[in-house]
Amino acid sequence: MTVEAPTLADPHDWLRRRSRWSVFEIAFWVASLLPFFLFQTYLPLASQIAITALFAVSVDLVLGYAGVVTLGHAMFFGLGAYSAGLISKAGWGEPLTGLIIAGLFAGLVGYIASFIIVRVQHLALIMITLGFCLLTYELANSMSWLTGGTDGLQGVETWPILGVFRFDLWGYAAYGYALAALFLGLVLSRRIVHSSFGLSLRGIRENVRRMPAIGSDYRGHLQKIYTISAVMAGCAGALLTQTTDTVSLDTLSFQRSADVVVMLVLGGTGRLYGAVVGTIIFMVARDQLSDMNPQYWYFWIGLLLMVVVLLMPRGILGSLAQLARRRD
Amino acid sequence: MISQLAIVLFDGFAFGMLLFVLSVGLSVTLGLMNFINLAHGAFGMLGGYVAVTAMRGLGWPFLAALPAAFLAAAGISVLLERTLFRRLYKSGELNQVLFTIGVVFVAAALATYAFGTVQQVIQLPAWLRGSVEVAGLRLGTYRIFIIAVALAITGLLVFGLERTRLGARIRAAVDNQRVAQGLGLDVEKIFAVTFALGSGLAGLGGALAIEIVGLDPSFGFHYLVYVLIVVSVGGLGSVAGSFFGAALLGICDVAGKYFVPEIGSFLIYLLLVAILFVRPLGLFGKR
Amino acid sequence: METQQPALRTEALCKSFGSLKVTRDVTFELPRGARYALIGPNGAGKTTLINLITGEMRPDSGRILLDGREVTQAPTMARVRQGLTRTFQINTLFPDLTPIEAVLLAICERDRAAGQFWRSLTSHRVAIDESFEILTRLRLAEVATRPTRTLPYGQQRLLEMALALATKPKVLLLDEPAAGVPKDESAALFSVIAALPGDIAVLFIEHDMDIVFSFASRIIVLVSGGVLLEAEPAVVRGDPRVREVYLGKVGHV
Ligand SMILES: Nc1ncnc2c1ncn2[C@@H]1O[C@H](COP(=O)(O)OP(=O)(O)OP(=O)(O)O)[C@@H](O)[C@H]1O
Ligand SMILES: [Mg+2]
Repeated sequence: MTVEAPTLADPHDWLRRRSRWSVFEIAFWVASLLPFFLFQTYLPLASQIAITALFAVSVDLVLGYAGVVTLGHAMFFGLGAYSAGLISKAGWGEPLTGLIIAGLFAGLVGYIASFIIVRVQHLALIMITLGFCLLTYELANSMSWLTGGTDGLQGVETWPILGVFRFDLWGYAAYGYALAALFLGLVLSRRIVHSSFGLSLRGIRENVRRMPAIGSDYRGHLQKIYTISAVMAGCAGALLTQTTDTVSLDTLSFQRSADVVVMLVLGGTGRLYGAVVGTIIFMVARDQLSDMNPQYWYFWIGLLLMVVVLLMPRGILGSLAQLARRRD
Repeated sequence: MISQLAIVLFDGFAFGMLLFVLSVGLSVTLGLMNFINLAHGAFGMLGGYVAVTAMRGLGWPFLAALPAAFLAAAGISVLLERTLFRRLYKSGELNQVLFTIGVVFVAAALATYAFGTVQQVIQLPAWLRGSVEVAGLRLGTYRIFIIAVALAITGLLVFGLERTRLGARIRAAVDNQRVAQGLGLDVEKIFAVTFALGSGLAGLGGALAIEIVGLDPSFGFHYLVYVLIVVSVGGLGSVAGSFFGAALLGICDVAGKYFVPEIGSFLIYLLLVAILFVRPLGLFGKR
Repeated sequence: METQQPALRTEALCKSFGSLKVTRDVTFELPRGARYALIGPNGAGKTTLINLITGEMRPDSGRILLDGREVTQAPTMARVRQGLTRTFQINTLFPDLTPIEAVLLAICERDRAAGQFWRSLTSHRVAIDESFEILTRLRLAEVATRPTRTLPYGQQRLLEMALALATKPKVLLLDEPAAGVPKDESAALFSVIAALPGDIAVLFIEHDMDIVFSFASRIIVLVSGGVLLEAEPAVVRGDPRVREVYLGKVGHV
């Protein structure tokens, strides 16, 4: 983490240091290659984690940076997942183009939805995001001729990546693919949050009332980030389809929207890697406790949420950063 | 056909009144403190289980179980409010949402632990069973009862808010907290009382709901969505808004599921998004 | 021809909250380069007037003209982009941003560079230099890289000014810029205001009469929402009505 700047630091230098790659980041990406060599049996879990982490990062952009509380982001995840599945069922199983088309479709829906999103605040905002997600779910459920309804979309076929890497049973290709996508997503997100646009998003989160008073078209900013985030969430959904060859209705469920927010808050909002760390912890824990009755799993999640909110509102990474800063 | 429509309208209105009892408390507390309490539905569930326990475990009559549900939900809610929720008034809405969702998760798990996942049933007293014929229509007696209770509560609330000292204080605080504080009103205390009353009503609603929609550990979650729709559609802090929002939602939901069952709940979500698009503050919302 | 227009002009502005009339028929002009003070007892409607002028609130009736162009219906953002900026009586800052970030944000917004998500923040070198220059001018350079919420109140007031200056205003409305600041610091703050380029029109609200009389070239007295008097400091000082409603009242408090 960055050290508190000494007084009268060169402002250029200080700003540059905030956006530099840290050793922790580089170490993380090196470690992310470990499943290929050490934990091969966990490769499927690892690719699930990478996909969900990408989804969580997309939520972090709107929730953590721009401060838009959304309880309905699974909508874009699910839209991406279904589009990728449908493209493949229509006879085009090429993964990269499928991924891009699915992401763009989710982004288009996100862009349209953003016109409504920026009009509302507080409870109405939460309800609109939730309402959109529930609406999409019901729509997918009732259009079973297209989506397979509660049975989900079966028999999706994905061709080898770049025509070379087949999706193998062990999940090497799937993890490599998902990890590459996550890496790309994070690099892009980093770029965004360390731009002047990212600064404006933080401004919106910190005090939306001041934004118009400094001449900001903050609604335009919100629409932009909401659309970008929808693209990213859609890509995550498409990855899930392409690596598992099925799409189920629960890609659109409220549960998924809520889970991703829990992961994000657990890791720490507004710091990108918080989303990743939260996802890893959440998903590994759920995998380890998979024989636990889901009701009890949610007991612990509920308790965890209460504790995190009351005792460490900045999440795990935020608290660690604070500790590190205090030590200096 | 006409009579079918009338029955659907009646059933829908009764369901709406149930939703009104479940949600009116949240509307007022949200208007008062801007505290987004997603655990409101969980208090409804609590009331439901208290009623079940009182009737099946202790052999209490139905009419005694209802106030017990009210009191239990009111008591526990005020306990939670004083110890935990109040710490969150000043923190952002995200924290409020997360914390209270956490409460819902925990409540659902506790309910599963204590009662299992089975649907709970209760035995209504004979005079509430069956139906009565009014103008050639067979109307469920219990639904008439629910409507009567809801109307009585509406009357009490409107009277209480308009005519009593506490009511005047609550209205002042909802209208403008800063001014109310300036006038020397103890907003925190007003809020605690309102919170208890509102959650108590949710508890009562939960008890009333068992016969109509059943009761299992997912109640707090499932009906939370309905409650939130009522509140956001009706507008925060408005009894009248909740009343009309609930009636509208109940009728649309029942009619939708009766006439076009294949699209499920699609209709009410569409209604929610459409209303909030046109009126972000809800039908009766002022702020 | 255009230079004849006053920088800001309001015509018969009215605003009520329910039955409470908070702004009554307010008409005034702010010429280019003006240093005007807006005074009046607590609750006179001074902040509300600023809210109306900047577009945070809509007037019930009346018009607002900026440089001769009507902006009565324009959103706040558009007015700021036309050079009308305000500061807030109650700090309205970005608690988690550092001063350098906050001012840089305002500059990027002004330069319409805030939407560029592909370009790194550090590449806006000129803007960074300008932010640091503004902070230096307001004596905030030392704390430029500390989160705003950790700054003492007085420095937060200065940052409030810095944010407004970053928008390069032509008309600057200052709502009690020195509220709650010790007297010696507030003098320093007003010397910054006095040193602003001569073509910026400034209207400031201030309760301290010494400051008002030494910095204002003209004074507008607002009482219960209406303009009681608009005149030179010497005239205002001698006016018995002002003494009664304003100075007299302050004496009681
Ligand atoms: N949003 C609002 N709703 C209702 N009344 C309001 C609102 N804002 C201000 N008022 C009322 O309008 C009147 C004028 O308020 P305003 O803040 O404009 O006064 P002021 O002159 O700035 O006072 P001060 O010197 O204390 O800052 C006050 O009586 C206040 O209570
Ligand atoms: Mg004021």
